Amino acid sequence: MAKPKFFHFLGCIIPHRYPSIEKAAKLVFEDLGIELLDMVGATCCPAPGVFGSFDRVTWATISARNLTIAEEGGAPITTGCNGCFASLWDSAHELKEDEELRKRVNENLAEIGREFKGTVEVTHYVDVLVYTAGFDKIRKKIVRPLSGVRMALHPGCHWMRPRALKQKDDSERPRIFRELCETSGAEYVPYRDELICCGAGGAVRTADIKVSLDFTRQKFDSINKAGGADIIVTPCPFCELQLDLGQVEIQKHFGIEYQFDVLHVVELLALAFGHDPDEFGLKTHLQYMQRKSEPALDRLGLSA
Amino acid sequence: MASTESQPIVIDEPDTSFAEMIRATGGPNIQSCFQCGTCSGSCPAGARTNYLVRLIIRKALLGLKEAVISAPELWYCTTCYTCQDRCPQEVNPTDVIKAIRNVAVAHGHMLMNHRKTAAKVVETGHAVPLDKESWQKLRASVGLEPVPPNASGNPWAIEEVRKITKVSGFEKLIGYEELMKAEAEKAKKKE
Repeated sequence: MAKPKFFHFLGCIIPHRYPSIEKAAKLVFEDLGIELLDMVGATCCPAPGVFGSFDRVTWATISARNLTIAEEGGAPITTGCNGCFASLWDSAHELKEDEELRKRVNENLAEIGREFKGTVEVTHYVDVLVYTAGFDKIRKKIVRPLSGVRMALHPGCHWMRPRALKQKDDSERPRIFRELCETSGAEYVPYRDELICCGAGGAVRTADIKVSLDFTRQKFDSINKAGGADIIVTPCPFCELQLDLGQVEIQKHFGIEYQFDVLHVVELLALAFGHDPDEFGLKTHLQYMQRKSEPALDRLGLSA
Repeated sequence: MASTESQPIVIDEPDTSFAEMIRATGGPNIQSCFQCGTCSGSCPAGARTNYLVRLIIRKALLGLKEAVISAPELWYCTTCYTCQDRCPQEVNPTDVIKAIRNVAVAHGHMLMNHRKTAAKVVETGHAVPLDKESWQKLRASVGLEPVPPNASGNPWAIEEVRKITKVSGFEKLIGYEELMKAEAEKAKKKE
């Protein structure tokens, strides 16, 4: 069988702030026999709640420009970011449904000799892991199960919402992301506010950082109320930034200290697949860089 | 004693075309809102700020455009879509809010921080750019090439974005030239 191939849409936060996620994705996808192709010249998705809030036509045009790169290359796109996924998936969807929008976007794209044709499929890492690789193959690759590690989940919003449109999972009782994370062998810790937003999206982090961090605090408190967790796992780098660097910012703005190690789902799988944390640079998470601290490897059963 | 005869207090001039503008991009069902409040009751932003989706939609339907688009709380929605998933009338409240924000920006209501973020994409192709050498070193330290294959290493891609944002009117909308001029002057003063 031919190796499945996907254009790897990096976005901004993964390659520019959390490169450990990019590296972990490369390790995990290679282990699973899935090829990631460079998407040369791709830009910001651009952020759905930010640019979509400013000017829908410009948002859809820049997003469509990214889609045309994959259309030319003839392979589907995958991304490890909920926000990038939302922009690329939503714009592809809206451009197919809304003729007036498509006309205006293609008029703009004509300026740079491009045209949105509507032939590209947009996926999230979660889709590729669950449906292209599959749980059976993933389970076979788990050589270092994270048994006994207490794992809280933060699925985030834009992979599964709006539910009626995305049709990915039940956004009130999601199970797919949980099943994927549980393949690592870590113990799922339910908490009341698992499904609330991290607080970063919709241009709120830029508008008012304290309001944004107040969401994050609520999540942390809710996890602690449920008995605490060793790690928080998310499928999104913007959520990861908010939950990871957010701990440093919460300490600065509110004087409250939290200690959670935050992992992207591909970082979790890289560990469970037997890769050492240094192979993908777990310690480069901005929380550790700013606090001059280290990941709590002993809690992950990884201490030397 | 002052007259007790009541005089109407004018908050806003109703604009009946406002709901139409919202309907165009925010979905067809805004008029179906029966003010149940499921949106606000589900809203994590509403739980900690004065942002009330239900109130904004009511005002929008009354045509109180200026009051709605100038309200700072319009920008507290994180677009988590919980209200949209729960709305029993398929009003698509999150999309409605995004549509109202588009109208607000078109009327000059845009925060400075948001203008700066928008300008980053025009200038670098990325909202969060690879703007320091330390970020390249961070990449190298995890075993990746220092500059990724996206727009950060491909000036032609940024050029394409510039052309798009010029022709779509986005540069003018965010006052890109003025912003860049102000940044340059600020840098000069520092020297």
